[in-house]
Order: sequence, then C-alpha cells, then structure tokens
Amino acid sequence: MNGTVLNCGYVPLVDCAPLVIAKELGFAAEEGLALNLVRQPSWSALRDMLALGHLEAAQMLSPMPVAMSMGLGGLPARVDTLMVLSVNGTVFGVSNAVAAKLGDVPFGDADALLSALRAHSSGPLRIGVPFHYSMHRLLLSYWTSADEGFAVEEVTVPPPRMADAVAEEFVDAFWVGEPWGSVAVQRNVGQVMMTGGDVWKFAPEKVLAARHDWVENNTDSVRRLMRAVYHASSWLDSSKNRTLAVEILARSEHLSMSPDLIDPALSGQIVPRLHAAPRTVERFVGFNRHAASFPWRSQAAWIAHHLGADAVGIEKAKACFRSDLYRQNLSGVGVDMPGASEKVEGALKFETAVASTRGHMILAPDAFFDGKTFDFAG
Amino acid sequence: MDRDLRILVVEPDPERVLGIINALTDAGWSDVKALARISGLNRTVKEFVPDIVLIDLTNPDRDTLEHISDATESSKRPVALFVDHTDEDLTQAALNAGVSAYVVDGLKMERIKSVLETAIARFKVMRQMQSELDAAKQALEDRKTIDRAKGILMRQRDMSEDEAYSLLRKTAMDQNRKVIDVAQALVTAADLLS
Repeated sequence: MNGTVLNCGYVPLVDCAPLVIAKELGFAAEEGLALNLVRQPSWSALRDMLALGHLEAAQMLSPMPVAMSMGLGGLPARVDTLMVLSVNGTVFGVSNAVAAKLGDVPFGDADALLSALRAHSSGPLRIGVPFHYSMHRLLLSYWTSADEGFAVEEVTVPPPRMADAVAEEFVDAFWVGEPWGSVAVQRNVGQVMMTGGDVWKFAPEKVLAARHDWVENNTDSVRRLMRAVYHASSWLDSSKNRTLAVEILARSEHLSMSPDLIDPALSGQIVPRLHAAPRTVERFVGFNRHAASFPWRSQAAWIAHHLGADAVGIEKAKACFRSDLYRQNLSGVGVDMPGASEKVEGALKFETAVASTRGHMILAPDAFFDGKTFDFAG
Repeated sequence: MDRDLRILVVEPDPERVLGIINALTDAGWSDVKALARISGLNRTVKEFVPDIVLIDLTNPDRDTLEHISDATESSKRPVALFVDHTDEDLTQAALNAGVSAYVVDGLKMERIKSVLETAIARFKVMRQMQSELDAAKQALEDRKTIDRAKGILMRQRDMSEDEAYSLLRKTAMDQNRKVIDVAQALVTAADLLS
C-alpha cells in the first residue's frame, strides 16, 4: 500500500465502523493514507499504546481523552479529541432473573425502569460496564443518582465477556455497546431494557483521539485522517449502505461475528429479549448526521463535570475537544459547521435548525431523561 | 531489600504462569501468586495486597484491574501505572514483550525494575513461542486453502497440479496480491456457486 502509514488503534465494536469503512472503502487511500488498524483487547492497553507512541491515533471512549488530560487513571497524557466517531449506540440490560422480578416495564422508559429496579432490588445492584472512564459509566451514574437511595455497584467487564458475566451471575445488569447487548439476548442470558439514548439523547460515545504533540507536529496527516473518517461516517449514515457496512464489519479481520448480531445497531432494530419482535429505536447510533462528528466543547465540559472536575479541569477538558481543528480541517471539503462550538447540553427536545456556515444544519434532540440542562459557557 | 515484594501474576494460560513464576522464583522473589480468572481478582487484590501486579498486555481483563486500582482508596492505593514513564527503555522493552505492570503507589522504581526485567525476559520467550506457533498454524491453514483452490482448478479446467499452482501464482502476481488471497477468493466464489 502507498501513502503515509498511520497506526490507528480500535476495539472491535459496531461503532468502530467509521475507521473500518475509511480503510476498506478507500476513503483513507484517497487522502493518501495507509490506515493500519490495530485491534486492541482492552481500553487500557489501547490507551497505553497511544500514550507511549506505538499508535498515532485511536478510537477511544469519549471520557478517556478528557480523563487523561485531567490526569485521571493510569498514564496521564495530553490527548486531543479530533472528532466524535459515534453518538449513542449502547444498551442497558438486566439478567433474566432480574427481568423476571421487574415484570412489565415499558422498553426505553428510563424513569419507570429506575423505580422498578429500586423497588425490586434487596441489595446493591451489580452492574457491568466496559471501562471506568466510559460514557456507559457516566450515563449509568447520572441515571441512577436520580434516585438517591438506589445502591449500585459498578464492575468493569470487557464487552466480549459481558454475556458470560451475566450468565455466571457475576453481574445483575449491564451497560454495554453493541453488538454485546444483542449477544447477551441471543444467548438468552439477559434482556435489553433501554438504550443509552433513553438517558441522554445525544451522548458522544466514541471519539477519534491522538496525542497532543503528535497532532501539533503532523498537521497534514491529521487533516487527511479527519477527512477520511468524515467521509466514511457520512457514507455510513446513508441507509442504502447498511447491508454492505454490516457485511464488511462482520468479516474475520474486523468484528468476526455473524452479520445478524451487527445489523441491529446499524438498523436501529433492537431485539429486547429472545424471540421478541424488534423495537425500532430512532437514531440508535449516529455517525455523521446532525453534526454527530463535531466535537462540541460543551460535551467535553459535561464529561469533565461528571468526572468530578472543578472549573480548571473543565477548561482543560474543553481544550482537548478540538472543535478548532474540526473547523480548520473540514471546512475545505464543504462540511457544514455550526455557528458556535458550545451549546447548552440537554436543551433540544426536537430536531432544531441552527445557525451554520452553509445554513443547512439541523441538530437532533439532545435532552436528558430528567429534562435537566447543562450550560457550561463562561 | 526488594526480595519481599508481593507479586500477583494475572495470566489464564497455566504454562505461561509457570514460566513466569519460575523465572521470578529463580530471581529470588518467592511471594508470588498467580490468578487465572478475573472473577476472583477483586477479592484477591484486597486479600493479597500485591505490591505489583503483572498482567499480559493483550489481556482484556486489564480494564477490570485498572478499575480496581482506581477504586481502591487506601494509603496503599495501587495506582494503575504502566511501567515508569520516566524510564523509557524499560517501558519500551515491557511493551514489546507484552507485559504491563501495575504497581503500588510510592513504590520505588528501582525495586520493581528488576522484577520487571525478569518478567519481561520470560514474557519475551513466551511471546516468541506463541507467535511461532501461530505462524505454523496459519501456514497450515493457508496450505489447505491453496490445495482446495488447486483442486477446483484441476477439476474445472482440467489442469495438472503444477499448472493449477502456476495459474494461481501468475494471477497473484498480475493483481499484486498474495497467492493465499487469490486462493481464498477462488474457494469462496466456488462455495457460493456450488
């Protein structure tokens, strides 16, 4: 392969799709990049490889670059979020035993689910999440803290082991990215009760990250990488491309699993329990539409706030979401840019047209389940 | 002295565990515990209170360990730390050997340095063996696929074995691909059409 070789780490999940498509359909090659995708077994391994220079860029959970920039967790480092790779795309589910106790809770009703869980649990509920610095964990604690008396014990379980952890009663419930929720359902060990979007309608889930010093010293590679990923995410959001996307992701060198398990996430047809009819979840996962890939500084602020940051920490977090680079590197390819780089998170209840450079921007709802809003400006 | 370090090794493969423990024991560290399954990790870390945890870089359970390190709030808080950031050579050696280390906060780097060096040497040997084994397995798989592709050509185009292989090789060269890739494509196509 010709072009600049770029080592990019990823964890095999449906929402690594923009990177896989950028490579497989030649969006990277068009930009003169040989995208070398390096599969990683865990988020901490991926983080260390990136921080220590073995990877130039990586798919990361959106709170990871924020946490690293704030010096939290192992191996602090200055890491930039170049763009958002995906919005939402996770599910919350419970073991069959817990589901039996809950009875009829309407699918996707975060409030009803919370009170049902509260009413039916005797001790603390053990909930599996993939990583401590993940949107899953932040949404989980945001959601459960709405009920102060509700005791939750967080357990870190790698996504491919989540179904096992449920089957072995190691966890009572789980918050995980697709396809691993569907895997738990297909193995008939658990049921999906709601999706991440039911707690926050527009949560940045995975991001494209790179070391700050590498970003500063490789402006050309950064621009080409961002353009390739942008074109891939735009291709992914077109429903006519879904079948091909599922087929490519299913291949052995990527997710290596049955297309049936990958399709629910991309089609938004989530099967809540074995043999049940699929539920249509609008915008289950978003890659590009509604400015999904734009790294809003207010998203970084929300993450930092929920990681316990003070005003200084929030400023640091905002600085690592590089909306400036996004504007700089993508305006040349006709991408519509929002007028501001921050918004009041949670304020949009409906699709809303907003000011943008080309005047075509419609933002999707970003409301929280409890109706709260977060304004970090100033 | 650093001979009294408590070392926890997290490794599911029993042979690898044995190799690492032997290497550490030979080097003079006897307080070594091995753990294969992650479900017991939480309890083990709390009971055993290791000074250092050695884990394979490719182990997905690292995330769990990191969480435990993060969440344990005592004066002996084990900090999830990849080998000392300031010692770049050792860091690179550990990365290349596939070992990651989680050490207790405040532990002097000199103390764990020799533990790590021993473990790294052991991990390297193991990794080498593993990759040789993987390569041998892959070569065998590839051989089978190429044989199937040859068989298809021999049957359908009435070729000799040599002719079939020559055609595969020529196609691969013309298309700038590997013989195995061409063979794989042929076998897949034949499966679809049969």
